[in-house]
Amino acid sequence: MPLLEIRNLSVEFPTPRGSFRAVDGVDMDVEQGELVGVVGESGSGKSLTLLSIMGLIPFPGRVTADRLSFGGRDLRGISAAQRRRITGKDAAMIFQEPMTSLNPCFTVGFQISEALRVHLGGTREQNRRRAVELLERVGIPAPESRLRAFPHQLSGGMNQRVMIAMAISCNPKLLLADEPSTALDVTIQAQILDLLVELQRDHGMALILVTHDMGVVAETAERVVVMYAGQVAEQREVDRLFATPRHPYTAGLLDSLPERSTERSRLPTLPGIVPGAFDRPSGCLFHPRCKYAQNRCVVEEPELRGDPYRGQGGSLRCHFPIDWEGTGR
Amino acid sequence: MTMLLQAEGLRQYYPIRRGAFRAPAILRAVDGVSFTLEQGKTLAVVGESGSGKSTLGRMITLIERPTGGHLQIDGMRAERAGRRERRTLRRAVQMVFQDPYGSLNPRKKVGTILEEPLVINTKLGAAERHERGREMLAKVGLRPEHYARYPHMFSGGQRQRIAIARALMLNPRILVADEPVSALDLSVQAQVLNLMMDLQAEFQLAYVFISHDLSVVRHLADEVLVLYLGRPAEQGPNRVIFDRPRHPYTRALLGSTPTVDPARRRERIVLTGEIPSPLKPPAGCAFNTRCPHATDRCVAEPPPLRPVDGRLVACHYAETMA
Repeated sequence: MPLLEIRNLSVEFPTPRGSFRAVDGVDMDVEQGELVGVVGESGSGKSLTLLSIMGLIPFPGRVTADRLSFGGRDLRGISAAQRRRITGKDAAMIFQEPMTSLNPCFTVGFQISEALRVHLGGTREQNRRRAVELLERVGIPAPESRLRAFPHQLSGGMNQRVMIAMAISCNPKLLLADEPSTALDVTIQAQILDLLVELQRDHGMALILVTHDMGVVAETAERVVVMYAGQVAEQREVDRLFATPRHPYTAGLLDSLPERSTERSRLPTLPGIVPGAFDRPSGCLFHPRCKYAQNRCVVEEPELRGDPYRGQGGSLRCHFPIDWEGTGR
Repeated sequence: MTMLLQAEGLRQYYPIRRGAFRAPAILRAVDGVSFTLEQGKTLAVVGESGSGKSTLGRMITLIERPTGGHLQIDGMRAERAGRRERRTLRRAVQMVFQDPYGSLNPRKKVGTILEEPLVINTKLGAAERHERGREMLAKVGLRPEHYARYPHMFSGGQRQRIAIARALMLNPRILVADEPVSALDLSVQAQVLNLMMDLQAEFQLAYVFISHDLSVVRHLADEVLVLYLGRPAEQGPNRVIFDRPRHPYTRALLGSTPTVDPARRRERIVLTGEIPSPLKPPAGCAFNTRCPHATDRCVAEPPPLRPVDGRLVACHYAETMA
């Protein structure tokens, strides 16, 4: 049984013009110790999917799902107290902006030991020692003295390490990372990603890495979920996805990467923009931007179906997927 | 080819006050940068935050006067220019900023935003300004009805188009673009990059392209300037730098950039540590604290910027890096 099982997850927000589905029928399975990448543009619902797993969708947002279970426990309708026992212990999350997700009023040492105290108890001295250990584990030099530092005294990369130390403090089974390296410089980004992958391997922890950077998923993830306008467009094993993308959106995104075209040439683009709350098209949400769209795409919404292309498990939401047969790929 | 921009030993120092009883510290944001830029070409400035790339942009756009060095724009000496000359020079250099949500005034209509440079810098009548504005709007791929709308009614990519249109209203020769696509979504990024390449071809614009995204830089730059703590680490033609980087910092930057293509993946050089404070740059080579190849010589002696294998590089051991 997968560690995390999501079926038909939707997140709706009421608006004066009717309710808006920001996440729409997402299916996702994450096995123990697996590294799953979730990519999508802004508004694709990738962050909201993570937040709904953690139960962090703010009121008036409404989460519905046919199945939402973590480690065999049903997360739907769970009480706040029960939820708190899981959050931060078995499932932890790190966010994009380390500067804003740490509390500026408390030292990083206090914030790390707080998580330990709440979930594992232990004496003050034990927790302090464990905090030093954790800071050392995430590669912070002179961890003893850093315990007394406030977040504003540390750089962005260091703060992100502190966040990671907090997240792994109780040895979680699942770590959710929402754009953990986007706000950082490339050289620091590489350090943070390496650290996450290393922790994931060493602790046998499952990691969901949400990002908009195709390069980041290509280099880290084992399996990739591509999201578009709140839906899963395609889900596949990483090498297959980048070599032979089946969904026209995935293919279009990959083609528009500058590194995939010859220098100084015009980049192939996807026309238009991601649909917003009130201009959602009929049928397939991607059809206005799709070069393969036909009448059927306008009237009939494709379902997310299994798509074992070339012997690999995967799933796809498209009526006319790309067939790479005969293209030499 | 016309040389539009020539910089020699450009420096920008900021005094940092440290209280009443201590002498102010000197922050060397840009410390001795030289380059030239021809008409219709693109110079990419690359580096981490704190490397001085934005300060360089601010000097080229005459927002700040350099502390030292020479800057020649379109045949005029910028650092000697008086008020009137600076006014003319400002028309030749325009800027596009990173965040199209912050760089457009939310209270003004697109038309007003586009016409404002003309109001300030030219004596054109209202009708003519209007016509020029509409023409430019069409050039950047927006529709005439967008002229009377407010910035909040546009998506990020469209706003960046408006910002580009505004920068081009005075027919500048040089466009400084500070991370123009990094705030945009992937599929929109390509649209804006295409637009910038088209406009460059049409108006023979020279671009100073400030970016940390190396795959974008590789795609459109002619010349690349890699900055580290305000000093050039390596500079030269695009191909030379990307195919055979010789400075360990350039190599690390390239190695840390994630790529989707397994064949293109380089040896991953993950640097330890972070960029040092520009207030206390390390002695010798500024990069020696993070360099995997550093020796005693690197701590003792700052490496001069010297020509090696078709580019300029500031490393004692550039010959052995390949």
